[in-house]
Formats: sequence, C-alpha cells, structure tokens
Amino acid sequence: MAAAMSLAVLLLLLVGPGCWGHAEHPRDSLREELVITPLPSGDVAATFQFRTRWDSDLQREGDTDHYFLRYAVLPREVVCTENLTPWKKLLPCSSKAGLSVLLKADRLFHTSYHSQAVHIRPICRNAQCTSISWELRQTLSVVFDAFITGQGKKDWSLFRMFSRTLTEACPLASQSLVYVDITGFSQDNGTLEVSPAPSSTYQDVILGTWKTYAVYDLFDTAMINNSRSLNIQLKWKRPPDTEALPVPFLHAQRYVSGYGLQKGELSTLLYNSHPYRAFPVLLLDAVPWYLRLYVHTLTITSKGKENKPSYIHYQPAQDRQQPHLLEMLIQLPANSVTKVSIQFERALLKWTEYTPDPNHGFYVSPSVLSALVPSVVAAKPVDWEGSPLFNTLFPVSDGSSYFVRLYTEPLLVNLPTPDFSMPYNVICLTCTVVAVCYGSFYNLLTRTFHIEEPKSGGLAKRLANLIRRARGVPPL
Amino acid sequence: MGLLSDPVRRRAIARFILRLNTPLCVLSYVAGIAWFLALVFPPLTQRTYMSENAMGSTMVEEQFVGGDRARNFARDFAAHRRKSGSLPVAWLERSMRSVGLEVYTQSFYRKLPFPDETHERYMVSGTNVYGILRAPRAASTESLVLTVPCGPDSTNSQAVGLLLALAAHFRGQIYWAKDIIFLVTEHDLLGTEAWLEAYHDINVTGIQSSPLQGRAGAIQAAVALELSSDVVTSLDVTVEGLNGQLPNLDLLNLFQTFCQKGGLLCTLQGKLQPQDWTSLEGPLQGLQTLLLMVLRQASGRPHGPHGLFLRYRVEALTLRGINSFRQYKYDLVAVGKALEGMFRKLNHLLERLHQSFFFYLLPALSRFVSIGLYMPAAGFLLLVLGLKISSTLILSTHLWPASNPFNSNPIQCLVGVLDLVHALELWMQLHEAGGNPEEAGKAPGPGSPPLAPQGVGLASLMAPLLISQAMGLALYVLPVLGQHIAAQHFPVAEAEAVVLTLLAIYVAGLALPHNTHRVVSSQVPDRGWMALKLVALIYLALQLGCIALTNFSLGFLLAATMVPAAALTKPHGPRPLYAALLVVTSPAVTLLGSLFLWRELQEVPLSLAEGWQLFLTALAQGVLEHYTYGALLFPILALGLYPCWLLFWNVLFWK
Repeated sequence: MAAAMSLAVLLLLLVGPGCWGHAEHPRDSLREELVITPLPSGDVAATFQFRTRWDSDLQREGDTDHYFLRYAVLPREVVCTENLTPWKKLLPCSSKAGLSVLLKADRLFHTSYHSQAVHIRPICRNAQCTSISWELRQTLSVVFDAFITGQGKKDWSLFRMFSRTLTEACPLASQSLVYVDITGFSQDNGTLEVSPAPSSTYQDVILGTWKTYAVYDLFDTAMINNSRSLNIQLKWKRPPDTEALPVPFLHAQRYVSGYGLQKGELSTLLYNSHPYRAFPVLLLDAVPWYLRLYVHTLTITSKGKENKPSYIHYQPAQDRQQPHLLEMLIQLPANSVTKVSIQFERALLKWTEYTPDPNHGFYVSPSVLSALVPSVVAAKPVDWEGSPLFNTLFPVSDGSSYFVRLYTEPLLVNLPTPDFSMPYNVICLTCTVVAVCYGSFYNLLTRTFHIEEPKSGGLAKRLANLIRRARGVPPL
Repeated sequence: MGLLSDPVRRRAIARFILRLNTPLCVLSYVAGIAWFLALVFPPLTQRTYMSENAMGSTMVEEQFVGGDRARNFARDFAAHRRKSGSLPVAWLERSMRSVGLEVYTQSFYRKLPFPDETHERYMVSGTNVYGILRAPRAASTESLVLTVPCGPDSTNSQAVGLLLALAAHFRGQIYWAKDIIFLVTEHDLLGTEAWLEAYHDINVTGIQSSPLQGRAGAIQAAVALELSSDVVTSLDVTVEGLNGQLPNLDLLNLFQTFCQKGGLLCTLQGKLQPQDWTSLEGPLQGLQTLLLMVLRQASGRPHGPHGLFLRYRVEALTLRGINSFRQYKYDLVAVGKALEGMFRKLNHLLERLHQSFFFYLLPALSRFVSIGLYMPAAGFLLLVLGLKISSTLILSTHLWPASNPFNSNPIQCLVGVLDLVHALELWMQLHEAGGNPEEAGKAPGPGSPPLAPQGVGLASLMAPLLISQAMGLALYVLPVLGQHIAAQHFPVAEAEAVVLTLLAIYVAGLALPHNTHRVVSSQVPDRGWMALKLVALIYLALQLGCIALTNFSLGFLLAATMVPAAALTKPHGPRPLYAALLVVTSPAVTLLGSLFLWRELQEVPLSLAEGWQLFLTALAQGVLEHYTYGALLFPILALGLYPCWLLFWNVLFWK
C-alpha cells in the first residue's frame, strides 16, 4: 500500500519467449484461483487469477525482434465497469460459475484499490520449443477498505466482500482454488480465525518471506455440498495493531516540483528499506515531448552523494511524434532514499493541440521500476506448473531475490494555457492591435517628417507650374 | 493614427494640451477618484455568479453530524497542547491515524532576520502534521487541502477538532475523486510556508525543513480554517493573499452559496452584507468594505494561510469563525456542513478553477467589480502623469535651440501612449546635443534663454539618479544588515534597531538635494530641473503602471497620493507648501495614513500614539514578511518608489 500504485490500463504485449514450462505438460484449458490476504490495517486484498491455455496454428517465427517491442501507457484512463465487462467475457465460464460469480461490478468498484490486467504470451510445448501454445492470463486485484466497505468492522467474509458466495466450481476448469493468507496469524496465539476449516494448507516463499495459506478446493465436494454454498469468513480475535504497517523493501514516489508555468522538475524518490542489501533498479521513464527535458540537469543522489547510474539509455523526443525515453540502471544502497530529478521546460502547444479540458493539466505517465529485490528467506526455484498461479506474479530467479515491477503515480502537469473562453475576441483584438498600432508606431518611429509649406497661390500657381514643367524649368 | 502623422493637427493638439494642461490634469485626477468611488454603485458592481459548470448547483446532501466528536477532539487537543506547551504532534498523529488517514510529519526551522516582537519569535522550529485521505481507486494525481494554522497560544483548537471530525466523516465516503490533505501547521504561516515549499520541493525563503514523505499530486484548491469557540455567530472570509493575489472568484462564490444554503451569517472584512443596493445606504456600506479590501490588498501581506497557497496557483481562502454578542449562534455542525458541501463541490471539479475572475474588488460578498470596470480609475490617475510628461517634454524642448531639423518633433509627443517612446527620443537629442556643442550654439532659438550647450547631458542627471537609487538600496539593505551594530551602540533591541534605522535612512534622504548640489554644478537652471522632473515622471508612471497591473489596490493608493504632488512639484512658487505636500504624500506617510484609515473603517479608531506604535509594528512586519514569505511591498517601496520620490524632492530643491 505504501508503494504508489498506478491504475493505468496497461496492455503489456509480451512477444518474448515464455519458455518456463519444461517438458510436455498437460495443456489444461483453465485454472482459476482467488487469494485473500488480510492486511494488518484491517483491509483485505483479494486477487483473482484466471489462466487459459490453448493450442493454435498461429506459431511464433524465430527469435524476438526487439525492434518490434512497443511500450504504451494511457495515464489518464481510470479502470471502470466498462473495462470489467469485456474482461469477464474472456473467461470460459463468463460470470456464471466458479470464482467468477464473485465478480460483481457494484462491489468491485466499492473498493479502495482496483487493478485489472490481461497478459497474453506464447508458451513452449516442449523443451526444444518446436511448437507453442498460447496463454491468456487475467488478473484482478482489489483491496477492500475496512473504513468504507467494512463500516469500521474488520471481520470479513466472502459475502460481505462480494455480496455473493461460492456455489460450484467452473465445470471447464481443471483447478479452482481459494487461498487465504494466514501467515503469522496461525502461529502465535491465533489472532485470526478462518472458517470453515480449510481442506489443506500451503506454504511457500512469496515476496521473500514464508507465507502460509489455507486452501479451499472448489472441486472438493465436501467443501460446498454441506451448506450448498461456501462462504469463507475471517474473524479477528484480537484487533490488529494498526500502528506498525510493514514497509516493502522497494517503493517509489514521484512528483513535480517548482511553481509557475515555465519550468519545473520531475523528481522520483526510490526507497530501499532493506537493512543491509543494496540492489539495482531499472528505471524507465517515458515523458511526453511537451515537457522539454534538460538532460544535463539529470541528478541522481543517494545519501547525499552522487550516484552514477551504471547504464543510461536516452532517446530524445521529437515534437509531436515521439516522447522522451529515459532508461537507467541505478544501484540503490541499503537503507537509503535515492532521488532522481530532471528539469524540464513546458512547451507552448498549438492552439488546436490542447485537449478539450486544457486547464485540467496534462498527464505524464508513471515511471516503471523493475528490480530484483533480495529475499529474507532463500527460496528454491519451484516447478511453475505445480505451484499456484499467484506464485508467478513475483517470479523468483535464483532463490535469493524475487522480481518486482512497480509503477509510480502518474503526474498532472499544467502547461501554459491560453484563455479559450473567448477565442473570437482574442483573435480579433490581437489582429487589430497588430495591424493598427504596430504598423503606425513603426511608421512614426522610422519616418522622418518635414514640414511642407502650405500651398499659396492656388489655381494660378499650379497652372504656372504646369507650364514651367512643360518648359523644363524648375517649378515655383 | 493618421492624426499623429499630420503635422498640422499634431501642432493643434500640442497647443491644446499645453494651454489646457492644468485643467486637464485636475479633471483627469478628479475623474479617477470619482470613478473609484462610483465603483460601488450598481451599474459598476455586478452580482456574483457561478461560472464553473462542475460547481453549478448546491445539490449536495450534507451528512456531517460529528459536532460532538469535533468538540471532544478539540478538548483533547487543547488539553494536550497545554500539557506539552507546543503542538501535540504525537497526539495529532495518533488521532489522524485513528480516523483512517495516512499520516506524515514535517519539521522545520527558521531563523528570522531579526526578532519578531508581535509574535515573540526569533529562532523558530516546529512540526507540521498532515494526514492524507486517499481517494479510492484514483492515482493520487489531484488533491484538495484543508488546513488549520496553530499559533503559539492555544487558539484554534476547535478548528483542529472540526478538521479531525470532518476527516473521520470524509474517510467513510466513497465518492472522493481527489485526495484530501488535512494539514495542521505550527507557528501559523511559517509552518504553512515550510510545508508548501517542501511540497513543491523548492526553497524560496531560505527555510530549513525536512522533506515530505507523502504527497498527493497537484493541489487544486485549499481552505484554511480558524475557529476558536464551540459556537460561532458568523463566518468571515478572507481572500487577499501574498502580494495582493486573489483566488478565483468562483471559490468565493462557492463559499457564498453554501452560506446561503446553510443559513449561515457570512461576512467580508468583518462587515455584514448591505441588503438594499437601490438607495444610497447600501453602496455607502459597500464602499467601506471595498476600501477595507483595497487597503488589505495593497498591504501585500498574506491575510491568512491561504495567501501563501496562491503563489503555487492553488485557489485558496481563509474562513474565520467569529463569536460576537449576537443572539443567533451556529454550532460546529453548521460550519462542518458548509465545509463538507464545499469540499464535495470542489471534488467535482474537472479542471482547475479558471472560469471566473482572478482580478476583482468586492464591495460585498455577493457583489463584485471586475477588472475591466475598475482599471479606468487607475488609468485616469496615470493619465495625469502622461499629460504632465507631455507638457514637460514640450516645454523643455521649446527651451531647446531649434538646432534639429525636426521642428515638429516636440509636437509629436502628445497622446499619452506615445510619451515614453518620445521621451527616449528626447534623451537621444539631449545626448547628441551634449556632444555637438557648436551645432547647438549656432542657432539659438527665438525667445529661448542663452544656454550653455553642454548643460544637461545624461551626466548631470546621473548624479541625482544614482544618489537617490543608492539611498533606496541603503534603505533596503542596511536596516537588517546593521541591526547588530545599531543594537550595540544604542540602547535598543534588534527589532527596534531595524525600524529606527529604516526611519533614519528614510529621513536622511530628505537632505539629499544639498548633497547632490555639491556634486552637480548645474549651469542650466531651468532645463536641469525639467529634465530631472521628466525622468522622475516617466519613472513614476512606469512603476505605477506596472504595480497597478499586478496589484491594483497598491497601484491606485500610491497613484492617488503621489500623483498630485509629483505633478505640482517645481522649484518655483510656494516651496514650503509643495514640500509639505510632498512629505505628506511620501510612501511612509501614505502607510501611516492608510493605517489610520483602516482602523477608522473597522470602527476602532486610533489615537496618535497608538497609530505611531502600529506604524512601527507595520514597518517591522513589512520587512519580516519580505524575508519570510517573499512579500514584495518592502522592496517595491525601498528600491522603486522611495528613490523616485526622492527625485521629486530633488526637483523641488533645485537651485
């Protein structure tokens, strides 16, 4: 929760090889699971994962060409019901049976955090990777707020969270499980009680620490048939201590500093709260072109000293075509805050380029942090097929660390904005001022004036002059 | 513009301006003052109206019922505060956390340039506490702020109580689209400034503070609350911010609509709203409010914590609960409901507040004068300077021998707008002529006095200009720089030393003409002072024009006082009278007069001794506010207007 969470709709199209499956494995059509994690604050996080695999004739050719790798963000988009409905339709059981009956929009959007994702990738069917199948993985995470949805109470049940209970497994699924995180609660004098009794428990290293889960299998006939429905309940025996919220090892914060409409600074704070391990972080920033970055002002400081990144890739923006791309590998010292800041100047857009709500400001997409965060407990690499799906959210590479990708908050930056409320007046006035005043002023300032003697003599003199001109004599 | 290129008409206009100069000036000045006074009458004041669509109706059902809770919080806060003697940071953190906020603290330290005797502080260190209510499912890109400043004494505890009760209520709602920051600052405005600078990660005033741990995106609007009793009879709203900045009028409209909806009694400048605008009484009452607003805006002080937010383009206002002897009182629930309504409406904002006016004057809460209507008042006053500049130009160039080929040139400089351009041109001529004495000596103009050719070049004017500017610089730098030396040699405290040095330097400037004349041996009596006056007039016109554009009230006040004296000053005629007039209209005396007027309008008249004390305090506060918040009134007066005024003084005593 301390880490900034982005709600941008993110479509990550991974074209890369997902050769994690080792040998020929049974290509199950659907696995679904729900992980419920009671948080010490009294809130409850629920994560759904659905994995669908199928064989298709669409085969991948050759290696990944990084030239075709694309990254795009819509920082403004907030996930809402119209994102949920088509997402649900991708599920084999839709929302008719299995875990997906819990996906009711009115409850899911009554939460303090909501994140929804679709991952699609090819999977090798065998060790040689001669043929592939496709994997569609859908995840949805919500955090129920004890203050809002719980009306101050910190006990939870499936019915209370989703206003539904589980009645049956999806008949198309090969596996349908509910995990409840009971780490730390089951060991010391039981602060948390889970009912009904789970069919089994599961232990593993998740995010670098030992976790214990109570497991409910929906295909276990005893689980549902007793009461025709499964309503898992969490009861706190002792109210949780809200004072000490655990802080993740890596979290980040981003903000715009400065004031006024000319210049500013983008600052990203990277926190490494690990007491003794330093680790590198890959920071990826895509900044729109209308913030003109001054790369020479890029400063990275940790603990008051300059921190030189070991790798920098910078691709400057092209106006109206391409954003700035800044990628850096930064070593975060143990127990430190690293500040990455870069100054920018706000560009003046053409008047047709402003959005319909220019005074709202323009969004800058979140920075993306990718890091291998050291674990507290060494984990052994596991068999991906055998372990639960949520295990692969934070894949462990070599046992001593796990992979985390974080998105900082998007930023809202005000650009210099003309007053659009009276464009006609403005255009008319500007044109008039330029045409009338500037012209005459310029004229007055540059011209030299001579007094012309008033004409005397009138008609007679003019006639005389005409005659003189005809004679070739200078006029009077 | 054909009017200007035609020499015959130009000459006619020049003659007209020259002949009718004095009546035109008087007319213009009177018109300016009259226009200003007329601002309170209905065709010029308009009813306020809500421009922002998102805040259009007040269809919000306020559900805040936490009056008892607020009072309990307030009692606890006051008790803890008495016990610890400063802001009970730990208690605040605990309470904010208990109502479900994300809580952070920020410590700051500031050594003031000299001891602040009004607030009794010199080396200030304090802690701000703030809690963030995160909007559900939003990405923390925008936020609103509710802030309560806590001074050294234990006032404002009810405001803290209400803030916590509101936070508890807001936390239970799901409709928030923007984060809400609940901020309690110590040492009132100093704390606010420290927090704002840290939030925007800049350092404008040299305050030292710890960096903020939690942020919530771009702040869209802020409301500051000051309450010192469980019941209030009225809510007073303050809009004037740092350097005369004002929040968008829509924010004030929003407050006013919720005042009306909740039946609250709301005041502006402590004055009730006049009801009847058709008769003379309403506008006259409005005039008092308007004058109070002009005086407060002109002072450039932040009249409440909201004033500091305006620098960061955060629309903000301060609400003060007043408990007087009226019979009808409102409890905290009524105030809380108004605040709830305002925050729910601000929560609806799709864009920053930008639809309504940023420049306005308020004769009442429901009436305003827009910039288009009040600017002519300042324009008329500045026109006096314009007329004077043109006549001085014409006169001084008539004195000049007709050595140049542009006989019609002096006549060009007529219309006010063109003055500056032509003044520059005149400068060029003066300068050229200084370089070519023989050419200038060849053709003495008819009727002009015999002139020493190199009489007034730039050089002879440089001395008074530089000396007066140096006096201004001394006025700006020396009081604070030399406070310790002054305190060592005289039996005064540092703060007094600063004020007294300020006054001493100011008065010492009056001896300037004698000093200057030792440096400048002016051979050309008349043209010398005219050129100096011309420069002074242009300088004054430029300054007043710029000030009036950014802070109308200050510009208007200064123009109304300085313009007549500036226009009249010359080294002939009744000199003592002119001198008295100049002294009376000098910036410092204007400040003194404004203080008296201010207290008179507030119906707490001052005696002379009190007035003098208040004047000294105001001077010290003005200097302090420049250093602590970046208020610009002190540098404007010291570096801009005071030297300019000295130039006129110089003109008056020209020999």
